[in-house]
Amino acid sequence: MTGTQLQPTVETDIEFRPRLSLRRRIGVLFGSLTVVAMIIGLTTLTALIVDVVRDGWPVLSWDFIQNFPSRRPSEAGIRSALVGTVYIMLLVAVIAFPLGLSAAIYLEEFAPKNRVTSFIELNISNLAAVPSIVYGLLGLGIFVRAFELGRSLIAGALTLSLLILPILIIAAREALRAVPPSIREAGYALGASRWQTVRMFVLPVAMPGILTGTILALSRAIGETAPLITIGALTYVAFTPQSIFDPFTVLPIQVYNWVSRPQPAFHDLAAGGIIVLLAVLLSFNALAILLRARLQRHLRD
Amino acid sequence: MEGAQAKAQPADAVGQVTLAERRERLERMLRGGLAADRRRRLLERFIVSGLFLAATVSVLTTTGIIYTLLIETVHFFQRVSLIEFLTDTQWTPLFTEKRFGIAPLVVATLLVSAIAMLVSLPLGLLAAIGLAEFLPPRLARVVKPILEVLAGVPTVVYGYFALLFVTPLLQGVIPNLQVFNVLSAGLVMGIMILPLVASLSQDTMLAVPHSLREAAYALGATKLEVVWRVVVPASLSGIVASFILAVSRAIGETMIVVIAMGNTPRLSFNPLEQMQAMTAYIVQVSLGDTPHGTLEYQTIFAVGTTLFVITMGLNLLSFRFLRRFREIYR
Repeated sequence: MTGTQLQPTVETDIEFRPRLSLRRRIGVLFGSLTVVAMIIGLTTLTALIVDVVRDGWPVLSWDFIQNFPSRRPSEAGIRSALVGTVYIMLLVAVIAFPLGLSAAIYLEEFAPKNRVTSFIELNISNLAAVPSIVYGLLGLGIFVRAFELGRSLIAGALTLSLLILPILIIAAREALRAVPPSIREAGYALGASRWQTVRMFVLPVAMPGILTGTILALSRAIGETAPLITIGALTYVAFTPQSIFDPFTVLPIQVYNWVSRPQPAFHDLAAGGIIVLLAVLLSFNALAILLRARLQRHLRD
Repeated sequence: MEGAQAKAQPADAVGQVTLAERRERLERMLRGGLAADRRRRLLERFIVSGLFLAATVSVLTTTGIIYTLLIETVHFFQRVSLIEFLTDTQWTPLFTEKRFGIAPLVVATLLVSAIAMLVSLPLGLLAAIGLAEFLPPRLARVVKPILEVLAGVPTVVYGYFALLFVTPLLQGVIPNLQVFNVLSAGLVMGIMILPLVASLSQDTMLAVPHSLREAAYALGATKLEVVWRVVVPASLSGIVASFILAVSRAIGETMIVVIAMGNTPRLSFNPLEQMQAMTAYIVQVSLGDTPHGTLEYQTIFAVGTTLFVITMGLNLLSFRFLRRFREIYR
């Protein structure tokens, strides 16, 4: 009985050849394949930037920043789009930051572990993956029509705020979670209540992370095009908005407008607009990194 | 004696007054402290309810989305039959002879997503394996953020890139490639989604316990065998979750398909031709001035509902896989 069971094992033992060098060589081959995959991604990124800069560099000038869009490519500029982007950004920051931070504080510090909480959490992760254009339809139905805000800055800002809220909440929660429990215990030991502990002990420590997450979420809002087109942001605006109830346009929409025209001269304008858009995004990210570094140093002192 | 008592009286009186006063002051302080405490506790309960309300905004958003989509979609289906919507092979709501078959839009969306997946799934998984297992950690920490820049580039920029760089490039190889086509849109979308797959898959691979790897090495496995036979199977549900999320992202992607894929709804399976995706149709109608209550206005909500149902289904499926992964390694 035992003999018949042992026999096959002995046979495979005889047949087993480690072939280690071959297996290692296949491993190296596969390893270089993974590097190739990364290189493909990085090359595309480089090609994209080089292509945009090559096409758009010649149109960049002070006039391009200062002029309103025009039918004549030589006179066209991004003034209304740039101003619109700045306004939208500020409004979204004012609306989304307090909401997102409050929600994150509740979920991370106060929420009981029950069905309501896990439902809210599932909701947030699902909302983070809902296509942005669906938010545009939401904005069109609720803010533009039901609230009668029209195709205004505030309607656009509210729509984009809802869009980035899940991203902001997730980032802020991660920052709060990273605060070591000892900080909270220190607060409680001094007799502080739960809210006092959060406000005076946890938040200052988590703030750099929260701000970085907020800026990254905001840069997502800066780049969004589809939801704003859906709520009816205009593609041709030859004025700067005077109040939050005025129509507006933003940089990505202006870029789209120029790309979708057949004349190559407008394509170059689009590339110029993209350079400005990427520059705004880049300085935003640099700001996030700077802010984090400074606040961290401040906290250490 | 009397004199002494008389002398002591004022002193005693003074002492009694101070005692009484002290006692009263103390009681007042205590009472005040309790009141302040109660006030503070009330205020804090108020603050926490405010925080809770902020957290429910997400639920309100979902409700708002479902409500807006449903109400217009119901109006739409009062005018157009569901059977026509699902079975007709033409989508021409903007023409005089209106047909309402969603199939051309859905097929176009699925086709471009499939091409994007052919790029992003293998490349993303390979990049994830490289970052998690093969690259020295210090190099991986540099490469990963650069790769993630790809995910931060606005999609309108990718549209520009697909239309004005990739398509002319591909036309050199494929002469009958149209100016607007599914192929370049899909390829560029694939590159855009690559970091999503890479990042999520890498995270799950890093979460696989080291003891599993060490056990495999102890049995004499090479690095590739450890990765391919141990790490990847162990993190499979996390990888599947990232794949599903990537599909969902591709289906909902808008600006690339609007700019580079065209705006002609045609039922076709040839990626060299132009087609219109679901999201592109919504943008096309939004750019025109469609009055509220018209059938055109309602069509974008019907298409939006289709989009929302598909992506939401995929998202929830993805979370289920992710939860399974987390449960295994808790």
